[in-house]
Amino acid sequence: MTGELEVLRDQAEAELRKARTEEEIQAVRTRFLGRKGLLTGFLRNIATVAPEDRPQFGKDCNEVKELLSARIDQVLAEMAASGKEQAILRDRIDVTLPGRIVRHGRLHPVTQVQEEICRIFAGLGFSTVEGPEVELDYYNFEALNIPKDHPARDMQDTFYVEDNIVLRTHTSPVQVRIMEKTRPPVRILSPGRVYRRDSDVSHTPMFHQIEGLLVDRGITFGDLKGVLTVFLRQMFGEDTALRFRPSFFPFTEPSAEVDIRCVMCGGKGCRVCGQSGWLEILGSGMVDPAVFGNVHYDPEEFTGFAFGLGLERIAMLKFGISDIRLFFENDLRFLEQF
Amino acid sequence: MLISLKWLKDYVDLEVSPEELAERLTMSGLEVDALRRIEPVFRGVRVARIDSLRRHSRADQLSLCEVSTGDATFPVVCGATNIHVGDIVPLAQVGAVLPSGDVIRSARIRGEASEGMLCSEEELGIGSDASGIMILPTDLSLGRELAEALDLADVVLDIGVTPNRSDCLSIVGIAREVAAITGKALRYPSFVVTETGEDIRKITSVSIDDPDLCPRYTARVIKDVRIAPSPLWMRRRLEAVGMRSINNIVDVTNFVMMELGQPLHAFDFRFLEEGRIVVRRSHAGETFVSLDEKERVLQSDTLMICDGVKPVAIGGVMGGLNSEIQKDTETILLESAYFHPASIRRTARSLGMGTDAAFRFERGIDPAGLIPALDRAAGLMAELSGGSVCRGVIDQYPLIVKTVEKIPLRLRRIRDILGAAVDEADVLRILENLEMTVEPAGEGEFYVTPPTCRVDIAREIDLIEEIARMHGYDRIPATLPAVSVMVGAANVRSEVEKKFREIVTGAGYQEVINYSFVSPAAVDQLGLPETDERRRQVGIRNPLTEEQAVMRTILIRSLLLNARDNAAVGCFDLKIFETGRTFIRRGEGELPRECNRAALLMTGRRYENRWHFHDLQADFYDLKGCVENILDALRIGTPAFREGVAEPLLHPGKSCGVFDGDTQIGFLGEVHPDVLTRMDLTGNVLVCELDLDLLAEHFSAKASFRNLPRFPSSSRDVAFLVRREMPAAEMLRLATDSVEVLLEKVQIFDVYEGGNIPSKMKSLGLRFSYRSADRTLTDEEVNETHARILQKIVHESGASIR
Repeated sequence: MTGELEVLRDQAEAELRKARTEEEIQAVRTRFLGRKGLLTGFLRNIATVAPEDRPQFGKDCNEVKELLSARIDQVLAEMAASGKEQAILRDRIDVTLPGRIVRHGRLHPVTQVQEEICRIFAGLGFSTVEGPEVELDYYNFEALNIPKDHPARDMQDTFYVEDNIVLRTHTSPVQVRIMEKTRPPVRILSPGRVYRRDSDVSHTPMFHQIEGLLVDRGITFGDLKGVLTVFLRQMFGEDTALRFRPSFFPFTEPSAEVDIRCVMCGGKGCRVCGQSGWLEILGSGMVDPAVFGNVHYDPEEFTGFAFGLGLERIAMLKFGISDIRLFFENDLRFLEQF
Repeated sequence: MLISLKWLKDYVDLEVSPEELAERLTMSGLEVDALRRIEPVFRGVRVARIDSLRRHSRADQLSLCEVSTGDATFPVVCGATNIHVGDIVPLAQVGAVLPSGDVIRSARIRGEASEGMLCSEEELGIGSDASGIMILPTDLSLGRELAEALDLADVVLDIGVTPNRSDCLSIVGIAREVAAITGKALRYPSFVVTETGEDIRKITSVSIDDPDLCPRYTARVIKDVRIAPSPLWMRRRLEAVGMRSINNIVDVTNFVMMELGQPLHAFDFRFLEEGRIVVRRSHAGETFVSLDEKERVLQSDTLMICDGVKPVAIGGVMGGLNSEIQKDTETILLESAYFHPASIRRTARSLGMGTDAAFRFERGIDPAGLIPALDRAAGLMAELSGGSVCRGVIDQYPLIVKTVEKIPLRLRRIRDILGAAVDEADVLRILENLEMTVEPAGEGEFYVTPPTCRVDIAREIDLIEEIARMHGYDRIPATLPAVSVMVGAANVRSEVEKKFREIVTGAGYQEVINYSFVSPAAVDQLGLPETDERRRQVGIRNPLTEEQAVMRTILIRSLLLNARDNAAVGCFDLKIFETGRTFIRRGEGELPRECNRAALLMTGRRYENRWHFHDLQADFYDLKGCVENILDALRIGTPAFREGVAEPLLHPGKSCGVFDGDTQIGFLGEVHPDVLTRMDLTGNVLVCELDLDLLAEHFSAKASFRNLPRFPSSSRDVAFLVRREMPAAEMLRLATDSVEVLLEKVQIFDVYEGGNIPSKMKSLGLRFSYRSADRTLTDEEVNETHARILQKIVHESGASIR
């Protein structure tokens, strides 16, 4: 290769390195490889080359030409690639701005608790049933062994619609309605609104209960303890301590109040548990033979247990809510917390 | 029920701490709600004797005393007039602290030194007597700390006695229970009474006209009583259990009621006309002034205790002012009776007089306890008032009060109910500790007779409960039931409600729960016409407030109130929903029709105030879209939204009924401006109410599968110029209601008014999609079909193509 050709090649490469834009690169191509380009012009010098050297001269020139051409293509490709990248990078957004949310709504805390309890008992084979909220005195009281003029009626202050029609004071009448219609085995759960004439920090005139009833052959008080223990441990945690305490409900005997170890203080005694270390969580008992009598079940053949619990109370304990009235004020700032 | 442990100890030994006792009572069914320690609130007060007494030389009202504590003597200046030499009195020494917080200092009072202060009951917080210095019993040893000498410390348990346990409404009743739990012996008080003088039958008589309400009436007469304050021990006992001391006669009746559970009443005999007692029903409208000085108008069925002429007490509830014990009462007629529980309850309720006596009578007292209580009280009255008890007792018992005997009990049944056997020996021990009589009645069977005070025990199951609670619930092992396998019946209604909740919470609606009762004015606020079924509200007879006086017949109003309340605290953008019952009144004596319904409300901006969207106000189509979504998710067969459903609370031009085929399942729309005004609301408020029962009926759980199309579709867009009132749904119906098999679907892609569209007209852009199941359609085929359809639409609707 002649020195001149090498100079030409180095010169082209130097200019190529300096080129910053596609135009400048194309200019390099034109300047060296174009029809009137320097390399093309140099090739025309072939006439001045000795004939025996001409093949070598041509070969060298073509090598340089191909080399330059390839280099230019390469530089152009690199530039295109990096240009696209830069273009993409230029096209950026502020990812810290909040997204376009269609915010989901929430279930009322009482509904959440209700669904949780129903789910646990569904797993134990209980099906959900319903009954009227405006109820006959007979179902709300008498069929449950609470006769008229009986002091047990003091346990529940009642709203009256007529002499014999009340707003149900508990979900227990559903027990009777279901047993009237079906034969054992019975395994039901009945959630719903109940009404008592009472209003203060811990009472609202309307609240929610869940009633449960299991009747079959050979059901015992031990079974009551077993089923409610399973339930409460699922609800409040596997290591929840609980106790069954004798109590009185006219429609169950023996009756038991079930307490769990206070979830606030762990049993040390606090305001929530009234220093006792225990929280009353539900009422329960073996169905009283008198109730079976009212629905024509033979108490010698069938036994069963019933239980009832207040959902607001459970929700208050689960979420640490101190005033029951908040549940029904429907302030969004309250409801959105759950 | 308050129980003083000091009092309780009179009848049973307590060898456990108060805390443990409380725990054991609670775990056997007498729930101890509170345990309160009573401690004297003074320090440095001692028992002292007045050795000398003289008038202060420079003050007539003051005395100078020399007071001895046995080891020392102190000069004390005192203003009281009730003290004498030799009296035993409380001396607050220098440095003593009184309940008021006052600290006693040595002082000179008008020149005389005073090293301490003599105290009244009231100053020591022991009693309410502030009339003079407290005179102590003479047997107290001088110098002792007064609190100790008087044994003032006590523990009071507050026991929540369940309505069945009337036997536990007394100290002895609780003592019986404690004895049964701890295995200690129960000591009854003394029922011995010394009788003197005349026979009662010569003084008075009792006749019962209405034995159904008063099966038994017993009485004694006590003569020559001197009315005075009760001694300290009596007053302190009554105060410990929350009663106020009146005088030595009335206090005895209260004391014995608290001790034995038998309410008693003492009449001043001189006010009983004809000197006799007649027990009879009242006449309707009869009036009577009770001890609390209130005039009562009586119903016809009220049991009255009368003398020969007039009523003197409301039987079992309260005595009368006309025969009250007075300062100068000398002769007492003491009543101990049994009244019919339900009758007492009716009377006490109708008169609003929940007295201690009524509380016990209505729960049932021990029918065999009348005479012992009568004797106990007569004995105490004689002792405290210096009176003498006349010979004999009047015991009118025309109607025997049944007590239960020989209840059969099977050991096998105990096991069947509890799930665990209790040893025969344990069963017998438990029953006997509870003062029950047990007789054998064959292998593993017994006859059990409860004490007459246990009016709650009549059946085998009652005995089993007694055994269970005394045996201990914690000793009965927890088991899981061996139950019959059964398939839980699916509850479609609650499933649909649950699904509904999922859809609407997903769509951003927050659940609320409102009271089911509302103001009767609710239906007026909503502008419901007289004929509207929802005016048939179920009224509550005894509502807490007028705002809660009727059951609601519509949910929406509650949600409107929620919107108003939330706006008041600055929350204007709201998407809320509720599910609940509505109640429509039917005939008298009939239960109302209860419907499960769901309501939605949206107001304010469509989205939260965010940088993406500024002030996009929610409108009809936002809520409609949500409802369409609900119907779609529940696979409602042929959903439709129709105008012309008169819903008075909605804007007539921006509302519609929600249908499945011909069944209306709800309505939705913008709230009527008048309703907004009446409810203090502003802005765009959109509501919807749906019948969940109907949705459950129309819900279809099953999806059906269609093959996916194998050939492409092709579509044509057309803009029609139609009258402004022309419902889009009508155009869609005309478009789809054709025999053309290639037409797959028609969608509205544009609605446009104004601009170059003539007034009273609008442009409706429809997109027609064509597809065949077995081939790719050619342009010619599509164009041909499309042209036929357009021709039909133009022909039938009068629309023109733009």
